[in-house]
Amino acid sequence: MPRLPRRSLGGIALGFAFATPQATRAQTAPPRLPGSLNTARRLDAWLRIGPDGITLLTGKVELGQGAVTALCQMAAEELDVAPARLRIISGDTAATPDEGYTAGSQSIENGGAALRYAAAEARAILLDLAAQRFGVAVESLRVDDGTIRAPDGRSIAYEALAAANPLAREASGRVAPKPPAAHRLVGTSLPRLDIPAKVMGEAIYVQDMRLPDMLFGRVVRPPSYAATLRAVDLDAIRALPGVVAVVRDGRFLGVVAVREEQAIKARAALQRAAAWDMPPSLPDPARLHATLKGLKTDTTIPSEKRGDAPPAVKRLSASYTKRYFAHASIGPSCAVAAYAADGAALRVWSHTQGVFPLRRDLAKALRLAEGAITVSHVQGAGCYGHNGADDVALDAALLARAVPGRPVKLQWMRDDEFAWEPYNPAMEMALSAGLSAEGRIVEWTHEVWSNHHNMRPGQSKDGVNLLAAWHLAEPRAPSYPVAAPQPFGAGDRNAVPLYDFPNQRIVNHLVVEMPVRVSALRTLGAYGNVFALEAFMDELAAAAGVDPAQFRLNHLKDARARAVIEAVVKLAGEDASPLPRGLGFARYKNTSAYVACIAEVALDRASGTVRVPRIWSAVDSGQVISPDGLLNQIEGGILQAVSWTLKEEVRFDTVRILTRGWEDYPILTFSEAPKLRTTVLNRPDLPPLGAGEASQGPAVAAIANALTRAAGMPIRALPYTPERIKEALA
Amino acid sequence: MPIALTVNDGRHETTAEADTPLLYVLRNDLGLNGPRFGCGTGQCGACTVLVEGVPLRACQLELGALGGRAVTTLEGLGTPARPHKLQRAFIAEQAAQCGYCANGMILAAKALLDATPEPSEAEIRQYLDPYLCRCGTHHRIVAAVQRAIREG
Repeated sequence: MPRLPRRSLGGIALGFAFATPQATRAQTAPPRLPGSLNTARRLDAWLRIGPDGITLLTGKVELGQGAVTALCQMAAEELDVAPARLRIISGDTAATPDEGYTAGSQSIENGGAALRYAAAEARAILLDLAAQRFGVAVESLRVDDGTIRAPDGRSIAYEALAAANPLAREASGRVAPKPPAAHRLVGTSLPRLDIPAKVMGEAIYVQDMRLPDMLFGRVVRPPSYAATLRAVDLDAIRALPGVVAVVRDGRFLGVVAVREEQAIKARAALQRAAAWDMPPSLPDPARLHATLKGLKTDTTIPSEKRGDAPPAVKRLSASYTKRYFAHASIGPSCAVAAYAADGAALRVWSHTQGVFPLRRDLAKALRLAEGAITVSHVQGAGCYGHNGADDVALDAALLARAVPGRPVKLQWMRDDEFAWEPYNPAMEMALSAGLSAEGRIVEWTHEVWSNHHNMRPGQSKDGVNLLAAWHLAEPRAPSYPVAAPQPFGAGDRNAVPLYDFPNQRIVNHLVVEMPVRVSALRTLGAYGNVFALEAFMDELAAAAGVDPAQFRLNHLKDARARAVIEAVVKLAGEDASPLPRGLGFARYKNTSAYVACIAEVALDRASGTVRVPRIWSAVDSGQVISPDGLLNQIEGGILQAVSWTLKEEVRFDTVRILTRGWEDYPILTFSEAPKLRTTVLNRPDLPPLGAGEASQGPAVAAIANALTRAAGMPIRALPYTPERIKEALA
Repeated sequence: MPIALTVNDGRHETTAEADTPLLYVLRNDLGLNGPRFGCGTGQCGACTVLVEGVPLRACQLELGALGGRAVTTLEGLGTPARPHKLQRAFIAEQAAQCGYCANGMILAAKALLDATPEPSEAEIRQYLDPYLCRCGTHHRIVAAVQRAIREG
């Protein structure tokens, strides 16, 4: 097994050495390098070879999605070493390249491309060195698990060439990675590096960190977003057993105690002791979408095209909505923070998706220089986007500041996570289209109203996107939401159809006021937009009297898109059942993996219950790095989307968030999980495409379209909870 | 007055208060990582331990109520060198994404198989329903339990 970074878990020294990040800016007009190599351009930013072995450095982090294993696989392939020989450091401001966030299904596309090219070039450099040493032609050498062998039997290990410091140079990007036909490791299902520790109970999560003299923290949040603190007696809390510090800064409140249960008791006491005023600030949930559309919006036209087409003889329009849903990680967010005894430097361990962006906002919130802060990634529970990971890091730092020299571990309680995490925004999608006499779509309009789907930290110079920063006595404001350019987009992600329509107009109404806290959740706006786009395609297919799969093919030139639709139709056709079915398709971001899903549903009209017994899917994610890793992401994504679609909705009234625990927010259970069949169209000669967020849009669309058949009418408001289904059918 | 407890066949003493949830003693006094804090309200199953073979939520179990009953955590099932058949099966099936819920899944499955050596797939699902998985790894977890049954 490759060695995972153990430096941060158990018995580590609390050091404050601040290395300079390896990423360096090149001279003017440097050549464009592949993936993240373009911004972190030195080979030794990615790979280090020392007498003690080979270290792989990546700015991408493990979120439970298997990215680090796949990256290790890609690098080991190019280096010709067994993956077990690689030591991996991921996401550390003191060691790794700055690859921004581990998000957007970009780890393999960008992080993987960088490692591939860096590793291929490193291998070539090492081979050159060996050829010189042996006085033989480089072509005559071969590599066997990191040992270079000459035809005459002489050999030398990579590590033995380390003294020359051969990777201390800028990458050229000119050494091509192996051709797919030469792959021995890529394309195989290398077992995940992190799973054994997770099933054996070894220390692997940030929650498992135990540092010398470590204390435990808890925070007391206001009872609502807009609540103001009227009065609180902190002295009574300070007198409680084990309490070391009580922190109040504005309406940020927290406790530090010797033992964890003491911190939890002190939190409860502090909650009782604090008196709050709670003015209403939230939209009336009964008029949610109308309220959001009435707020200030910045409107852009991400795509518009005009072309020749026959006249429209039939026009349809429909409006679709989705409400807020939560990341709802099983483990509440957690961080460990420690100030140096003199308060001049800060160490943070966090399951953040971006150690560098987090550090930027921590520096602003804490008024420290960025260089005085080191942030190291340590795994947490699955996050599925921007959950409380970054916020809790600032919380821990604010508490640690009260006890300099001592680390503080802070895990949010369940209600902290549910009530304060940034949700996936509510959205409304208004679509209209015109059909020609031949049943072709000749005009298409898609308007979307949504808050921004990316309010992560580290976005802007001025704003601070960390919760506690908004609550301090000298508060910092969040950054102003700025529309993300296509093809990625944010609220308009996947609003631009992949279908070929002669006339189209996509309008992005970015709602800039944010009455309910929202940010990035797996797929961003794609879940809502693909739901609307694909449900509307079915409504149009019905109006045109054309089979939904055929109707899509009639509007699709992209051969890979056509292939996944044809493949899923064939796959689902192998299984007979009397239940109504529906199809959904998307290419995530129009740049990543292609997925088509077919779902079958069973509707119980009396109770309003929708069940999804089976989902079939076909996926093309280009070259498959790990077949099993790909399936885990695609199928896990489908099940999560089923949960969002059938069950999930954050509850609130005009004053406060009401969703506080699992009783308020049921998720998919084992008995409810649909049976899945998935077929993968491997394209070994094409670049690998991100797949972690590719299946959710097609899955919800397939369910929606099957439900239309079961209900005899389209149901255009998500989620499909019994109460909303009954309302729709009434 | 220290409280004695038996965990994974070892005797331990703690000076924690009697109303302390067992979870924090296991994690912070005994240095165990298997039981994980998920909700603190007994709803998710991430903190599950076996008490005399019965799966219980360690976040809801007060130290003083343990009454000398033996506790088994994930660490008590097997070691990296000699993993339990369920741990082997979870690795073989790659039955995790984030893995945070794996502790509860494995211990619940252990309790199920101890009582019902050959449960049907539906029985496995029904038994695991009170244990929450957020990554959508449900089918792999069921497959791992079935593999453990098969491979014994």
